[in-house]
Amino acid sequence: MTGTTLDDYTDRYARRVRGMTASEIRALFAVASRPEVVSLAGGAPYIAALPLDAVGEMLGKLGSEHGVTTLQYGIGQGTLELRERICEVMALSGIDASCGASPDDVVVTVGGQQALDLVARLFLDPGDVVLAEGPTYVGALGVFQAAQAQVVHVPMDDDGLIPEALEVAIADLARTGRRVKFLYTIPTYQNPAGVTLSEERRERVLDICERAGLLVVEDDPYGQLGFEGEAPRPLRARRRDGVFYLSTFSKTFAPGLRVGWILAPHAVRDKLVIASEAQILCPSGFAQAAVTTYLSTMPWREQLKIYREVYRERRDALLGALHDLMPEGTTWTRPTGGLFVWASLPDGLDAKAMMPRAIAARVAYVPGTGFYADGTGTGNMRLNFSFPTPERIREGVRRLARVMEQDLAMRQVFGTVGPTGSRRGGADAPGPDLA
Amino acid sequence: MAAIPAERSLVTDSAAATPAATGSAATELHVLVLAGGLSYERDVSLRSGRRVLDALRSAGVEAELRDADVALLPALAADPPDAVVIALHGATGEDGSLRGVLDLCDVPYVGCDARAARLAWDKPSAKAVLRENGIPTPDWVALPHDRFSELGAVAVLDRIVQRLGLPLMVKPTQGGSGLGAAVVRDAAALPAAMVGCFAYDSTALVERYVAGMDVAVSVLDLGDGPQALPPVEIVPRNGVYDYAARYTAGRTTWHAPARLDPAVAGAVAEVALAAHSALGLRDLSRVDLIVDGDGRPHVLEVNVSPGMTETSLLPLAIQAAGLDFGQVLGTLVGQAAARRS
Repeated sequence: MTGTTLDDYTDRYARRVRGMTASEIRALFAVASRPEVVSLAGGAPYIAALPLDAVGEMLGKLGSEHGVTTLQYGIGQGTLELRERICEVMALSGIDASCGASPDDVVVTVGGQQALDLVARLFLDPGDVVLAEGPTYVGALGVFQAAQAQVVHVPMDDDGLIPEALEVAIADLARTGRRVKFLYTIPTYQNPAGVTLSEERRERVLDICERAGLLVVEDDPYGQLGFEGEAPRPLRARRRDGVFYLSTFSKTFAPGLRVGWILAPHAVRDKLVIASEAQILCPSGFAQAAVTTYLSTMPWREQLKIYREVYRERRDALLGALHDLMPEGTTWTRPTGGLFVWASLPDGLDAKAMMPRAIAARVAYVPGTGFYADGTGTGNMRLNFSFPTPERIREGVRRLARVMEQDLAMRQVFGTVGPTGSRRGGADAPGPDLA
Repeated sequence: MAAIPAERSLVTDSAAATPAATGSAATELHVLVLAGGLSYERDVSLRSGRRVLDALRSAGVEAELRDADVALLPALAADPPDAVVIALHGATGEDGSLRGVLDLCDVPYVGCDARAARLAWDKPSAKAVLRENGIPTPDWVALPHDRFSELGAVAVLDRIVQRLGLPLMVKPTQGGSGLGAAVVRDAAALPAAMVGCFAYDSTALVERYVAGMDVAVSVLDLGDGPQALPPVEIVPRNGVYDYAARYTAGRTTWHAPARLDPAVAGAVAEVALAAHSALGLRDLSRVDLIVDGDGRPHVLEVNVSPGMTETSLLPLAIQAAGLDFGQVLGTLVGQAAARRS
């Protein structure tokens, strides 16, 4: 007599699928979608700040007046009109014709996530090593894991990636004969850490990678969202070659449109287009037209200022609440842009193990383990400030502080116990729909 | 009371439960399926709810799905359903409180009443009732975390290990899906298991661990009194029936009926029915047991709102009995609706 596993495909899955299991931590995020819960766990921009009436009217016309083209197939690279607008956007941060940026070398993607996946498809063989900041973007870990690559983390401090640590990691890997393909980095307003790679370190990191023959994959979704002056110029603005620049309109306009892009060295452009066509045929014509029209006809620079102002106020609310309410021994980063603060908990606390208690107290965050490929990060959490209002942020921190104090008391009773971190990168993070 | 053998249709035994009769009565009903809630098992509940909704609709019953939130009572007042199916897991669905509110609203529901739910929900209370009724359940102690800080965790844990022995099972006194539960084989691992458990509940149940076959017996009453469905044997691939093993298809092998000697299977069914009755349950329940090496069943807990997901045990048992999930639900909502009058 044989039983059933309710999945007749179990023995046929590809090796990369083996880690895909139900996770109780992911399941807990389901509760965070209820309004009773203050969610500091999401990564969603505050879309309500958009002029939705005007955007809606614009979208309607794209269907009714231009549907014959916007609803048709398009070319794999993306429309020239949008690629030209993208170059104007990049020029704001210093990536312009003087450093070789051209619409010809831009490939439009389905959000920044497809851009990442394309880079992985082009460059990663199973077993290859990717260097990445520790912690790093959870969605990148998923992409690298699917490519069966190994992520080696390089630590950061308040000035971003530590160049000396990068050199050590490269040397260690060279000694063990591992093949490192590229450095994946979010140098500006990093997700999840909220820190920014300093001006001085940018050149050093580029030099180190150049010497080691490493490509640099620069992910820059948040660069336009600084609230304390200009961010240092992107890495791509400093080097024509060896740097892939990835960005998106998800944080500056609307993630629902799923429009991102990659600016690649000229030699690679054609392969990117072929790989993208194999994946998706072409990016959505309607979404591209929406972004193009938004950038051509609507006050998008003003809108960026509104986003920055909203986020600055909310960051201040979060930092203020953390300062006033967090138990002793807690530390956190002070971002000058972006959407996230990274908190380090007092010794002995395990952010993942504490999640059920937090959900019961009606507050949610993302445990730090979600942002590492190797199970570290148990003593950390990511806190989002872009979506909840300042009042909700303060209430959320108040609840969180109480939860931490309860957990500290529990650990005093039972002594310090080992962490319960999983070894699977990305398993402890919510899906993209969580606000 | 009798066990239903596998692969034999129950519906032929009961005129009220024949597909035709169920269809004609239930298809005129307006049924509300409650799923979601604020518990740790929200995600599981949403899956259960969607599955129940599909099954009811496939049986021709008009049904809609709703969360248990601030919009619920206005909706019940504006458009009272003929019956509610509670697919909520965790406190709201199982501790009796929501059932009490539905009683206040005069809305009938499938399953036991508020009082019985409260009893079954609290595992130590339920175990005490089982033991009083001569139903075997592993030795246990239930302690709130405050007691450990008052009396000293080391001394209390030492005493527990001395008295109950190793291995031990640690789990929250309330809640399901294996959340916060751990098997402790080494006394040094007990403090960590307690901390893990207290993250989910303020009181922990520490139980003597019984090695053996994990079996779940679903009990159904389709009008002729409670009957045990074929027992389902659970064989998790990595030996632990944790959250991932429960809700990832492919991670667990289920045998329905369980690979038990017929005499043992009969004893298991009798114990499950006895537990269902001792706790005063109604319509349906799921009794989780261990069958030890000598073929003796030990009841671990009884669920009044069993999971209905695609990897859940009650739907597997219904299938093994040769019944149709939608028809069974149709019969149950028909019975519930009849209780209003």
